[in-house]
Amino acid sequence: MLTSGIPMEAFLVVSTVMFFAGVYGFLTRRNLITILMSVELILNSVNINFLVFNRFLYPNHLQGHFFSLFIIAIAAAEAAVAIAIIINIYRHFNTINVENVDKMKH
Amino acid sequence: MEITVHQLMFGLFSALILVFSVLTVTTRRILRAATFLLLVLVSTAGLYFMLSYEFMAAVQLTLYAGGIVVLIIFSILLTSHISQKFEPVGWKKAYFSALAAVAGAILCITSILQHQFQATTQAAQEVDMKLIGRSMLSTDRDGYVLPFEVISILLLAAMVGSIVVAKRKKLKE
Repeated sequence: MLTSGIPMEAFLVVSTVMFFAGVYGFLTRRNLITILMSVELILNSVNINFLVFNRFLYPNHLQGHFFSLFIIAIAAAEAAVAIAIIINIYRHFNTINVENVDKMKH
Repeated sequence: MEITVHQLMFGLFSALILVFSVLTVTTRRILRAATFLLLVLVSTAGLYFMLSYEFMAAVQLTLYAGGIVVLIIFSILLTSHISQKFEPVGWKKAYFSALAAVAGAILCITSILQHQFQATTQAAQEVDMKLIGRSMLSTDRDGYVLPFEVISILLLAAMVGSIVVAKRKKLKE
């Protein structure tokens, strides 16, 4: 097998750290585009998990493979719509800082 | 203990992922954050190559690294000044967010390391393009034609929706 010598847990630890880096960015960032980048990090780490489980636990199936394929497609659609909304917000408020976009609050 | 090429490559890719995913969320310049995100996504494609899922690695490179990051960089150029730096995060927010992230990471990593995964005895299947295409368009038990069609509708809806949202409104007379 191609991944000889590398335990499955090593991949999972890498993806866990990537996930929680995304969570940290999601909580601390105030710019909408950087929040979107954190979400992409989270989605990407989930993709790694799906493929690692597929390869190590069920190598004669393709479920994890297709799950991550569809996650990538949904991430692309989500990024396109989110960036359209961000550009629209920028036209209205002239900023994309989440703390200044408060028109719907009141 | 001898270090094989695979272990060396895995170490390289995982070190790149760890360093740059943390830098993506902590750097104060937005274009650097996008560049670091690109490096993380490319290293992830490297991990997929190590799992011998070449098709997924190619999709990762073209769609994520080629598509989404370029989209993000374009929107950065449309909405921000490159030279502008973010204000540093308030210590309270940074402290509690880091606490939550580190606690969650420790919880997940300990549960991953303690769980005994059942190693499979089945022979590995060669995943080539023919197999992927067949199962993506087959209606059998392991076919994925329904999600494939649903996602095509979703992509169409997202495309139309993003055009409608981002379109400049016509000035009223």
